[in-house]
Amino acid sequence: MNRVRQSKLTRDSFHVFQANARNALKQSEQVPSVLICAGTGCIAGGALKIYDNIRAECESRGLQVYVGLKHDTDEEKSLHVKMSGCHGFCEMGPLVHIEPMGVMYIHVQPEDCHEILEKTVLGGEIIDRLVYHLDGVAYPRQEDIPFYKKQHRVVLENCGSSDAEDIEEYIAKGGYAGFEKALFEMTDEEICKTILDSGLRGRGGGGFPAGRKWDGARRQKAEKKYVVCNGDEGDPGAFMDRSIMEGNPHSVLEGMMIAGLAVGSDEGYIYVRAEYPLAVSRLKAAIAKAEQYGLLGDHIMGTDFSFHIHVNMGAGAFVCGEGSALTASIEGNRGMPRVKPPRTIEHGLWAEPTVLNNVETFANVPLIVRNGVEWYHSIGTKTSPGTKAFALTGNVVNTGLIEVPMGTTIREVVFDIGGGIRNGKQFKAVQIGGPSGGATTASREHLDLPLDFDSLKSIGAMIGSGGLVVMDEDTCMVETARFFMEFTQKESCGKCVPCREGTKRMLEILDRIIANQGTLEDLDLLEELADTISSTALCGLGQSACKPVQSTLKYFRDEYLRHVVDHHCPICNKEKPHPTIEAEKCKGCGKCRKNCPMEAISGAVKRPHTIDPEKCINCGACVTICPFGAITASKEG
Amino acid sequence: MSGKQSRTEQILEQYGYDQSNLIAILQEIQAEYKYLSEESLTTVAEKLGIGTAKVYSVATFYENFSLEAKGKHIIKVCAGTACHVRKSGPIYDAIHDYLGLSGKKKTSADGMFTLETVACLGACGLAPVMTVDGEVHSKMTPEAALTLLEDMRKKEAAQ
Repeated sequence: MNRVRQSKLTRDSFHVFQANARNALKQSEQVPSVLICAGTGCIAGGALKIYDNIRAECESRGLQVYVGLKHDTDEEKSLHVKMSGCHGFCEMGPLVHIEPMGVMYIHVQPEDCHEILEKTVLGGEIIDRLVYHLDGVAYPRQEDIPFYKKQHRVVLENCGSSDAEDIEEYIAKGGYAGFEKALFEMTDEEICKTILDSGLRGRGGGGFPAGRKWDGARRQKAEKKYVVCNGDEGDPGAFMDRSIMEGNPHSVLEGMMIAGLAVGSDEGYIYVRAEYPLAVSRLKAAIAKAEQYGLLGDHIMGTDFSFHIHVNMGAGAFVCGEGSALTASIEGNRGMPRVKPPRTIEHGLWAEPTVLNNVETFANVPLIVRNGVEWYHSIGTKTSPGTKAFALTGNVVNTGLIEVPMGTTIREVVFDIGGGIRNGKQFKAVQIGGPSGGATTASREHLDLPLDFDSLKSIGAMIGSGGLVVMDEDTCMVETARFFMEFTQKESCGKCVPCREGTKRMLEILDRIIANQGTLEDLDLLEELADTISSTALCGLGQSACKPVQSTLKYFRDEYLRHVVDHHCPICNKEKPHPTIEAEKCKGCGKCRKNCPMEAISGAVKRPHTIDPEKCINCGACVTICPFGAITASKEG
Repeated sequence: MSGKQSRTEQILEQYGYDQSNLIAILQEIQAEYKYLSEESLTTVAEKLGIGTAKVYSVATFYENFSLEAKGKHIIKVCAGTACHVRKSGPIYDAIHDYLGLSGKKKTSADGMFTLETVACLGACGLAPVMTVDGEVHSKMTPEAALTLLEDMRKKEAAQ
C-alpha cells in the first residue's frame, strides 16, 4: 500500500490505513529485524557505516531487505533493517538491536556486521563479546539491562524501536489517532480541559500547566493565532528534545496539531537550534510525509481544519530559548526578550496570540488525548504527573538519555540507572537544570529527593529542560559555578542592566576566588548581587542566572572557604605542581623560609632548603623573593 | 565578484525578499561563503528595503554568524557542561597552542583551521566531543585531537 502513490486521507481511509498498518506491523514482527541506532551519538560512532554493512551483508546472501513495514508474507528469506531514533544508552554506542530476540549489542564496529548477521540474526546465537556486561553478569536482552529496568519510556518509547522517518509505523503504533479523536470528537474547549485535567506541565523548565496556557490562548479573540514549538534546547548538557525530534518527529507534529485545534490556530513554527541539523532534516521529512498523506495542510481529513508547520533554525543564541526572544528571532530580529505582560498567549509571534510549548510537552499531548487523563495520572506524582526525560551526563558510568516517572529519586537515577560514579570515585553533586538550575548534594535528604517540579524548587534547583550533570569528588563546585556564570555572561543578550553588568561582576568575583585571591567579603557581595539580579532581571534566564552560584554558596560553602580563607583548593590546585628548589643553586639564606605564609619551607642555614608540597599553596612568594633564582614555579603562567 | 553578487541575490529571491526570513537568508549566504562580507550585508539590506544597521544588528547578535573569513576547516570544541566536566578545556588549549593562536585570533596563519567553541552539541553521552567541519569526534583527548589535525595537514599537503 505504501508503494502506491498516497492520496489524501479522509477519516474513513485513515481508519483503513491504520488497520492495514497495524496488520503490517504484526507481520513485520514475525520477521527478524535489525535496528541500528541513528541518533547523533551513535552516528558519530559510525552507525551509518554499520547500516551500510548490514545491508550489504543481506544483499550478498540474497536476503530481501525491507524498508518500512512488511505487507506480504510470501517472502521467506527476508529481514528488516532500520535506522531508529536514539536508544538512549549513548555511552555504549553504536548500538544495534535485534528483534524479535530483544538482543542489544553495544560498541558495535562495522567489522562485526558479518558475524551479527551470520550468528545472531540467522543462527539465533548470542555473541558474548558484544553483549553488555556488569559485575561479571551478561545482559543480552535490552529490557534486562539495569540502565533500562528502572526507566518508564512513554514519550521516548518509539525512539529506538521505530524508524523515525516512517509515518506508517508511527500510525501503526497509535500515531495520529489522538489527533483524529481531537479533530472529530472533541471541541476546542474539551481539548483544553483534557490537557488541564491531565496536569501536564511545561517540560521546558518552568513547569507551567500547559492546559492553562492553551485555554488562555483559546479565549483570545483574534483572526490569527500561532502554535510555536520551542526546540532551542540551549542548556549545555541537555539533549532530550534533540532525541525526540530526531527519533519521533511525528509525535511533535501531532502535539502541535492538537494544540492548533484547541486554540484555533492554523499555523505552527518549530524553532530548532542550528546545532541540531539532523533534527531539522528529520522534522522537515516528517512534515513533508504528513502533508503528502493529507494529515497536514489544507482541509485535513476533509474537514475545514487546516494546519501548516514551518521549521526555523536558530543561529546560536541561548537567550532564544526564552519565549519572547524566540518569537522575535522567528520574526527575523535580534532575539531579545521583552517586558511582560502582555504574555505570549496574548501577544506572541507577529503580535498575535501564541501557544508556546517545549518539544517534550508537545510530544506528551498525543499520548494524553489517546490514552486519557486517568492513564496519565497513573504515572508520576500528584502535582507532576507523567514522565520526564533527562539527559544523564558527567562523571556517571552510564551516560545517556533516560525517561523516568516524575518523582523518581536522584539516588535511583544516579546509582540504579546511571550505575554510580565512574572510576570508583565518590559522588559529590548533581547539577540539575543547567545554567538556570542548582546543585544538589550527596546528603541523604537530597539523594532521596523526588525529581518533580515542586520538590526541586524547594531546594533552589529546578528541573529546567532536564539536564542532569553528575559530578564526582574531583569537581570543584566553585569552578562549576564559575563555568555556568561564564556561560550565562557570554549568552546575556545585553538588554537589561542587571543581567548584562551584574553577571560580568559576578564572573569577575568568581575568577578572583578561583585564583585564591578572593576575600570573605566577596562571598557577601556575590550573594547580594545574586539577590539583586534574580529580582530585577528582565527575563527568566536572567533571573535564574545566579542559581548555580546561590545553590553552591548554600550547599558547598566550605569549598568557597577553601579558596578565600585557605587560599588553596585541594581540587583546583592539585594538578598544578608546586615550586621546587634547585639544591645546587640554593645557598640556604632562609629568605624563602621566612616569607612563606604557610611555613611550608624548611632547611638549616646555609643548607639547601626544601618545600613541603602538602603545605604549599602555590602563592609564588618564594619564587619572587629568592635572590639566587633557585626556586622555579613548575609551570609557567 | 559579479558571480558572488548573484548568488546572494538568488538566495534573496528564493526567500521572496521577505524581511522576516532575514536570519534564514543570512544563514544561507554564510553557508555559501563561510562568512558574511560587508558587501553581502549591504546587498541584503538594500534588497529587503531595511537599514544596514538592522541587518548588522542581527548578524552580530547571533553566535553562528561570522563577519570575518574563516579557515578552510572549522574545528569546534564543545564547551558544554558534560564536556567541561570531562575535561574539554585542555583539548581546546592544546589545539589553540598547536595552531599558534593568541588573543582574538581564531584562524591559523596558513588559513587552514579556525578554532571555535560551541555551547553544546547535544552529544553529551560521548563527552568530550569536538567537530571538524561538522563531523563529530567523540571521547577526545588533547593527544587524539592533535593527531587528527596533523593527519589533516598531511592530507592537505599531499594534495
